[in-house]
Amino acid sequence: MTTRSIHRHALATRLWHWVNAVAVIILIGSGLMILNAHPRLYWGRYGANFDHAWLTFDRFPGWVTIPQTYNLALARNWHLSFALVLGFGLLAYMIASLLNRHFQRDLRIRKDELSRRHVVADIRAHLAFRFHDPEAPGDYNVLQKLSYVLVIFGLLPLVIATGIAMSPGLNAAFPWVLEILGGRQSARSIHFLAASGITLFVIVHLVLVILAGALNEVRSMITGRWRVPE
Amino acid sequence: MSRLLSRRSALVVGAGGLVAACDRVAQLPAAQTLLGGAEDAHRTLQRTITARDALAVEYRPEQRSPIFRANGTNNPNTADYNAHAANRFADWRVVVDGLVARPLSLRLDQIRSMPSRQQITRHDCVEGWSAIGKWTGPRLSRLLELAGLLAEARYLVFHCADAIGGRPYYESIDLIDAFHPQTILAWALNDRLLGVPNGAPLRLRVERQLGYKHAKYVQRIEAVASLGGIAGGKGGFWEDVAGYDWYAGI
Repeated sequence: MTTRSIHRHALATRLWHWVNAVAVIILIGSGLMILNAHPRLYWGRYGANFDHAWLTFDRFPGWVTIPQTYNLALARNWHLSFALVLGFGLLAYMIASLLNRHFQRDLRIRKDELSRRHVVADIRAHLAFRFHDPEAPGDYNVLQKLSYVLVIFGLLPLVIATGIAMSPGLNAAFPWVLEILGGRQSARSIHFLAASGITLFVIVHLVLVILAGALNEVRSMITGRWRVPE
Repeated sequence: MSRLLSRRSALVVGAGGLVAACDRVAQLPAAQTLLGGAEDAHRTLQRTITARDALAVEYRPEQRSPIFRANGTNNPNTADYNAHAANRFADWRVVVDGLVARPLSLRLDQIRSMPSRQQITRHDCVEGWSAIGKWTGPRLSRLLELAGLLAEARYLVFHCADAIGGRPYYESIDLIDAFHPQTILAWALNDRLLGVPNGAPLRLRVERQLGYKHAKYVQRIEAVASLGGIAGGKGGFWEDVAGYDWYAGI
């Protein structure tokens, strides 16, 4: 059995992947602790206990929150520290990925890839646990491209924008951000929904990494070398 | 399949372990410095990209909350405060002292007869909720001009009539916020004299920061050069007691 390996991930991609992975997990955990302080979500500009909440929670349990026991101040410290890592990390990664052409080369979705036939075939392949095109094993498939594009250009910018919109200090500097999002409590709700989308992505991503061969996939994200499946 | 399971659990344990490890990391002095540094980073960033006098969003009357939630102390309930409340705060005085040329002791009717600003603004609690209300009161800068702030003054400390767990409530802001046009000593909420739950007879409004900065039941405003010597030294009740950030612009 011959094994062939290719250089799959650029250094910028690998660095950002791991920095961002740590940041996202810390932000989700600390975010849930912050939500524990007032586990009610509203639409509009205002929202407090007397107002209608569209979603309410009991407290999130300690095993998913940072810190594990109630501490709003410490959760905010974690959250606001790693918010900077997330925001500036994404910015640096985007600039690097335009310069090294990772975006143009790997994430550009061609028109024919969006045809119904192609998408259906790709879903079938996924269901059969076939993730790589034997003709071009290094290329991302269309479902992969769509989910990466959605997260990188959709959910992550949205979670950052809605985070900025919750800052009373930054509201004074950029009141239009608040207007676009429909008010601070809407921004808070959208922040939660975008973070939920990112959480779902992380879970599906981890499952697919395992199904595709965890060792090979994780190694490729560390060293860049990826063994082409036979 | 068992290999699959063990790899899966390795990844899940990895993610879960990170969450648990955070609590251990947070106990390291270096991590505390780093995490606490986020406050300085956000303050510096915000102050860099925000004009000093950039105004908090003001709303239209119909955009106000039907009920303005009160939080923290709902009633100081001390003998002294209750006597003032029974007397409709007619003898309430606000002292402006510390690093000022002319210390003041103003009666409430003097405060109410000063030119006042009206603003419909959003109050954001650190917990996450928001309420919109209309506030009326003189600009803090007017009082500071009357008192003649000395050049050494860097912060204003607001001493309050309420105490939580035996510790007096206080808060502090720097001169950028003290002279901001929307920083007022409010004596009315939604066109009514301020009620006891919302800080009667006077509360600070510092509109570009979170709710705990908006000191209620204000009875003394002290100009100081440093916050170090006051109470726990961190510039506010919640800052001392619970580790909240002094700069609450985010």
